[in-house]
Amino acid sequence: MDSAKTRELKRIAANIRLGIVEEVFHAASGHPGGSLSVADVITYLYFCEMKTDVNHPAWEDRDRFVLSKGHTCPALYAALAEKGFFPKEDLKTFRHINSYLQGHPDRKYIPGIDMSSGSLGQGISAACGMALAAKLQNKDYRVYTVLGDGESQEGQVWEAAMFAAHYKLDNLCAVLDFNGLQIDGRITDVMNPTPLDSKFEAFGWNVICINGHDFNEIEQAFAKARQTKSKPTLILSSTTKGKGVSFMEDQVGWHGKAPNADEYAQAVQELNAYIAAL
Amino acid sequence: MAEKIATREAYGSALAEFGAKYNIIVFDADLAEATKTIKFKKVFPDRFFDCGIAESNMLGVAAGAAAAGMIPFVSSFAMFAAGRAFEQIRNSVAYPQLNVKIGATHAGITVGEDGATHQCLEDLALMRTIPGMVVLNPADAVEARAAVEAAILHDGPVYMRFGRAAVPVLFDAATYSFQIGRGVTLAEGADVTIAATGIMVEQALIARELLKNEGIDARVINCATIKPIDRDLLITAAKETGCIVTAEEHNIIGGFGSAVAEVISESCPVPVLRVGTEDVFGRSGKVPPLLEMYGLTAANIVAKAKASIALKK
Repeated sequence: MDSAKTRELKRIAANIRLGIVEEVFHAASGHPGGSLSVADVITYLYFCEMKTDVNHPAWEDRDRFVLSKGHTCPALYAALAEKGFFPKEDLKTFRHINSYLQGHPDRKYIPGIDMSSGSLGQGISAACGMALAAKLQNKDYRVYTVLGDGESQEGQVWEAAMFAAHYKLDNLCAVLDFNGLQIDGRITDVMNPTPLDSKFEAFGWNVICINGHDFNEIEQAFAKARQTKSKPTLILSSTTKGKGVSFMEDQVGWHGKAPNADEYAQAVQELNAYIAAL
Repeated sequence: MAEKIATREAYGSALAEFGAKYNIIVFDADLAEATKTIKFKKVFPDRFFDCGIAESNMLGVAAGAAAAGMIPFVSSFAMFAAGRAFEQIRNSVAYPQLNVKIGATHAGITVGEDGATHQCLEDLALMRTIPGMVVLNPADAVEARAAVEAAILHDGPVYMRFGRAAVPVLFDAATYSFQIGRGVTLAEGADVTIAATGIMVEQALIARELLKNEGIDARVINCATIKPIDRDLLITAAKETGCIVTAEEHNIIGGFGSAVAEVISESCPVPVLRVGTEDVFGRSGKVPPLLEMYGLTAANIVAKAKASIALKK
């Protein structure tokens, strides 16, 4: 990836991070930590990897995306708004009573959302169903899903992992956002699911480990996933929870908490300074 | 003696039949021989997917396939479809309004020898609390076949309840018509209404004859659709007969009897007495003594009918 493209993606990702901060601040609730950690992968998916059409969100040949860790939808909504699926101004209505931007993704009313999600462990199964459908329909669209690392404690994730390998869903690519933290603390302290790379390999997946904040590594991983035949791919994406907002980084307390006015101002100032320095 | 066919047999046959007419796909969780989806698999092996013993994932996969435009059927025992995968049905299927058809077999006490862990007496209650879910409980093989086609033609999630045990064929396939949301008056009567669903429809018809011998004129209604329930038919019956007995192979809490009581108490309050399992788990045994032990009999319907008449003002 050339430096101009990297710079552009970093700028988009920072704008998405600004959107995340806007959303949770105006909602006075929501999940900034895991949204910020996954923002770079979401950026690459929507601005490089996936076939989508903002004018036809239900285009039947589009690539599909399922946010299995649905609570981090502030990142997804900000990306969809940045892409033009709906006005960026609407991000301020996130979680408000009359808004279509529900607390967790809702496929019925949000343009660009392919699957409702939020109950952990379920999105990856839906992604498997979409990937299977693509094969049955002889369509070449690909299906992407993003899981949390804490989410891998759900048994359904492993049921789905078996299914995807058994039916050779090579059109399925899952990203596991490994930020190391969940609500109750470090995942290794709460209920250690590691090692996740060898677990997925043992379940029959092609596994690629990357730094989830490095666009070169993200690009190469998705390219390898596309070239892999007869196996689903898991991208084990190591990230920092709260990435991009200094006081939120690697802090368990920012899993599901909104910033106050001072914290909001500081977060916006930091992200704008980052963009200015690009 | 009428021919006896289990509704699960009719379900499997219907999938195989309608597989030629509609582009359905079928998922099972290692129970294809028992749920009878094997009949579909034999004809359409490329559209059948075993998910292994993993019901939660199966419901999620079906939801995803439906989101991509397919019409998936999923099958397991009622206990593991409505029970184990309840939350997947609620959050992955019903909340996103996806076009998934759940064919749940081995519902109720007539599972028999396998006992309480496999005898689901709660599924109607669980399924009917979910917004937008259509809940069907056919009484015989003819109705089961019709329910499957109605489910295919309905755009949205449908839960279908089928039984393990062979039960008499009550309806004439040549003249039978099925409509989601519509109950059917099988026999007119003025003194009491017996509203029945599933295998209890046969017992309701027997009870009507027993009551006739005692000079009581009972109306019999078959409600194959638990949700949306046929309010008009039930309210009319309540007005015209003044009392109702419900009969279901399910806990009297939360299921069909509760659904009828909700409608009647709000719109035309008359006595509603419920026949069903009375908030207890089942046990192992052969089907006839189990039905006897848990009061799922014509005799119990007769007793409740007399008691409901006595409660009339």
